[in-house]
Amino acid sequence: MTLIVKTITRLTVGLILLYGIYIVLHGHLTPGGGFPGGVIIALSFIHLMLAFGKDTALKRLNQLRASILESLGAIMFLGIAISGFLGGYFFLNFIKRGEAFNLFSAGIIPLCNIAICFKVGAGLFLIFVALVVLSNSQEK
Amino acid sequence: MTELHLLLLFMIVGAIVAVEARDLLSSVVALGAVGLGLSLAFLILKAPDLAITQLVVEILCLIILIRATIKRDLPFIRDGRWHFNTFSTLSFIIVFLGLAYISLKDLPAFGQPLLRVAANYLSEGLSKTGAANLVSSVILDFRAYDTLGEATVLFTAVMGVLAVMRKTGRIKD
Repeated sequence: MTLIVKTITRLTVGLILLYGIYIVLHGHLTPGGGFPGGVIIALSFIHLMLAFGKDTALKRLNQLRASILESLGAIMFLGIAISGFLGGYFFLNFIKRGEAFNLFSAGIIPLCNIAICFKVGAGLFLIFVALVVLSNSQEK
Repeated sequence: MTELHLLLLFMIVGAIVAVEARDLLSSVVALGAVGLGLSLAFLILKAPDLAITQLVVEILCLIILIRATIKRDLPFIRDGRWHFNTFSTLSFIIVFLGLAYISLKDLPAFGQPLLRVAANYLSEGLSKTGAANLVSSVILDFRAYDTLGEATVLFTAVMGVLAVMRKTGRIKD
């Protein structure tokens, strides 16, 4: 890509990543949550890949690490669900709820948001890598 | 309501353009316009969660579509049984609209659902889960099984894409 695209990317990609993390962490307070936040985080890595080529982006987050993160998100979500059995039933909100409208409130909901963010972000990044990079490299 | 109807009209026009456009890039751009119109419609209907999700997923799908499909152009089939196709499509549309008119007459009005459970979620969501965002409290507490199923679907999709597109272990023909 051209110098303009590279400079703009270098300036904005951190802000996009930070905005995704904000959307995830405030998922139980403001509109958003794990799914859109995870997609925004994946989009920041895709932005990096479109501007600087696949090597720069895959150096930050290669396929092995992304697939580990994705599986970790799935296991974390399932683990939160199963640990509800500590108090009674599946998906029980077993952590103290705290005061509403605080950042640390709502029990397991922020943890579930973080797990879904890992899953969705790494999963969609992997789909992009598989569909674009691998299929293009096979044609050459 | 007027702006919603204008948006719906815009989305229908965009969808028709996406189907009828000659080259693939115009179709993809028209599809993106439909998706952005849908995001605005969610915003007008006061559903900011859905609007954010629709917007970011639309951007991602647009990037994947443009990067993955823009190099190969699909051939169009334009000759053949044009009259038969048009006639059968029109007759199906007429039958569908007639049946929909009969069956949708008795539905409750727009924005006044019949479900008692949803009203219960709205009134007791904050006190039961402690989450200020009611959508989060529904998808991660009341209906967490749905979210678990959706996560499983995404996991299976990623596994499928990686298995089809993998490089190692593929038998050369």
